[in-house]
Amino acid sequence: MTSPEPQKQVSPPLQPQMAASAPDSDTRSRRAFLFKISLLLNGLVGAVLAVPIFGYLFGPTFKKGSSYKSWVSLGPITDFPEGETRLASYHNPLTAPSDGATGTEACWVRRIQGNQFQVFAVNCAHLNCPVRWFPQSRLFMCPCHGGVYYQDGSRASGPPTRGLFEYQYSVNSNNLMIFAGQMPTLSNRACNQNPLVQIENSAPGTASDTSARVDQWPA
Amino acid sequence: MAGLISRSTATMRKTYAWFDHRLGLDKPLREAAAHPTPSSSASWWYVFGSAATVLFILQVVTGILLGLVYSPSAGDAWSSLEFINHNITLGWFLRAMHGWGSDFMVIVVLVHMMQVFVFGAYKFPRELTWILGVFLLLFTLGMAFTGQVLRFDQDAYWGLGIGASIVGRVPWIGGRLVHWMLGGPIIGGRTLSRFFDLHVFIIPGLLFLFAALHIWMVLRLGVNEWPMPGRLVSKLSYEREYHEANAKNGVPFVPDAAWKDAVFAAAILLSVMACALLFGPFGPGGQPDPTIIQTVPKPDAPFLWIYAVLAYLPADLETPAIFIAPIVIIGGLLLLPLIASEGEKHWSRRPIAVLTLALSAVTLAIFTQLGTYTPWSPKMDAWSAAPTPAVYLHDRSPLERQGALVLQYKQCRNCHSLGGVGGLRGPALDSIATRMTEDQMIRQVLQGGGNMPAYGNALSPAETTALVSFLLTLRGNNLPRAVDVSHGLTHTAPPAVPDQPATQGAR
Repeated sequence: MTSPEPQKQVSPPLQPQMAASAPDSDTRSRRAFLFKISLLLNGLVGAVLAVPIFGYLFGPTFKKGSSYKSWVSLGPITDFPEGETRLASYHNPLTAPSDGATGTEACWVRRIQGNQFQVFAVNCAHLNCPVRWFPQSRLFMCPCHGGVYYQDGSRASGPPTRGLFEYQYSVNSNNLMIFAGQMPTLSNRACNQNPLVQIENSAPGTASDTSARVDQWPA
Repeated sequence: MAGLISRSTATMRKTYAWFDHRLGLDKPLREAAAHPTPSSSASWWYVFGSAATVLFILQVVTGILLGLVYSPSAGDAWSSLEFINHNITLGWFLRAMHGWGSDFMVIVVLVHMMQVFVFGAYKFPRELTWILGVFLLLFTLGMAFTGQVLRFDQDAYWGLGIGASIVGRVPWIGGRLVHWMLGGPIIGGRTLSRFFDLHVFIIPGLLFLFAALHIWMVLRLGVNEWPMPGRLVSKLSYEREYHEANAKNGVPFVPDAAWKDAVFAAAILLSVMACALLFGPFGPGGQPDPTIIQTVPKPDAPFLWIYAVLAYLPADLETPAIFIAPIVIIGGLLLLPLIASEGEKHWSRRPIAVLTLALSAVTLAIFTQLGTYTPWSPKMDAWSAAPTPAVYLHDRSPLERQGALVLQYKQCRNCHSLGGVGGLRGPALDSIATRMTEDQMIRQVLQGGGNMPAYGNALSPAETTALVSFLLTLRGNNLPRAVDVSHGLTHTAPPAVPDQPATQGAR
């Protein structure tokens, strides 16, 4: 059954030139050289090709974290009663068309008094789970590993090694603005300066309606 | 009729021969199937590798089918899964099979690995087979994690947050790595697309390649023989002895050993289908909307143990442990066959190996079990959902009952249980008065400490008084109160330790 198919006619000799004269050593070494040259050529092409691939793949890492950020509005300050902490949300300044609901981020806004605010990321400083505010006990609690924070964002207990991430804010014609745009982690903090605000040190009354930022963050 | 059959059989044979003349696969495949196997290895212990392969094929098939409807876009992924669950004929069953197939694959790969370890099958000349197997385990876990991300619900979203936060702890380049992992500054469409690429193209491609090489080496080097105590592996003589023994006592893999593989694979597939039918698909859970923070994120079963370890590590050890432990564990697994490539294979002569495996398995099981009920986390709704047990309110004074209200209202129950209900983060309070005096309670409540927040800012003096007076009535099974022994030394009159049977606790 496995016999080869019968050949219909006597075929002419394959590769007549080769058959005529066996390659001498000169030809062989020339071919080996040409083969090496062809490898080199492809290596060069590969190196050139790697540039756009590398650029495309690692593009997100070239940008500095701060360049992702811009000032976004959280709404009029009248939305945030004095002495209370409320959840606010904003559309991330940089989004892709396919982001859907994930392009909208949340943050905790604590209005201390007047134009004095603290705006915290919802992300726990331990492993980024969303912390919840409990006004009765004035604590933020994290559902993942039990990180707990006081109302001013400082660490109360649990695995976090620091307080909540805090955004830089400003009050602009009665609008609360924050400088946001990237998910905070221990490397990409929400604010590049002092992670924790000492409420006592901030001089009340210095923040006016048009002040760009409060004095906790020197420009 | 008979002529028709014989004629069509002849045609089929002719067609087969036409193809095989060109492909030339008939002979090598027959030889591979019938490769001699030690008759001792035609055992039920040797079926896990082939079962893992069959599960991988099931995952590929169900995955391709889900890909017909799934939309890998952060805005649509969640609703496309709901659509598969509810609007596509048997879509829920396909999703359930893919999800349960994933859990089964992780378990079967682990069992396969344990069997190979116990039987010493990683020793010469099968070191590289083991090393590729370690990568296959990592790829399988990679598929499980990326698969959880594609189920783009709240667990997936915050699971990515946990992943990003771990990557963000890498020294120097952590911030850039986070952006690389997420494909941008936040978890969003580009993040999901990255994990889609990994789950559908990159890791399956690597799995195919490594599994093919793994199986090729099994064929080339032969199935490990059943280990015997005292029969040592030596690089000088092992291969000769193996082939001589096989020539004498070997059996063809197909059919002598393969029928057990086939039966077990069928049983595993039936189990996956049974689980899919009985328990249904995994989610999707809540919508991946970052502004919905009423969520308790949790990883899938294969990663619960990591979740638990991250809760228990001391804060200062966490970052080093996250980066050093995987290197040590994976490095150890990769180096194992190179370090211990010769010598004894039988488990009865390898006590350290058996103990190491037992310890690892028990550790994994305990942490996984802890991960199922997360005793380290506050129960976020216990303060409003778990009422004070009625027995603790009987015969209490108005002040004490007010204290019970304070205990509920200030979320104490989120971390402290009463009557077995509530958080497990802090100690149960049912018999707190037998362990702490009034002064100690006031100090603990107001100043916190020992992993408890300070409530000095959140409690008025009146609330503190009421709370502590209630706590002082919680004496378990009517046990005596804790007494401050120094009190008698500093006061002329001994402190009155009231014996109040009326205010006893439960029972």
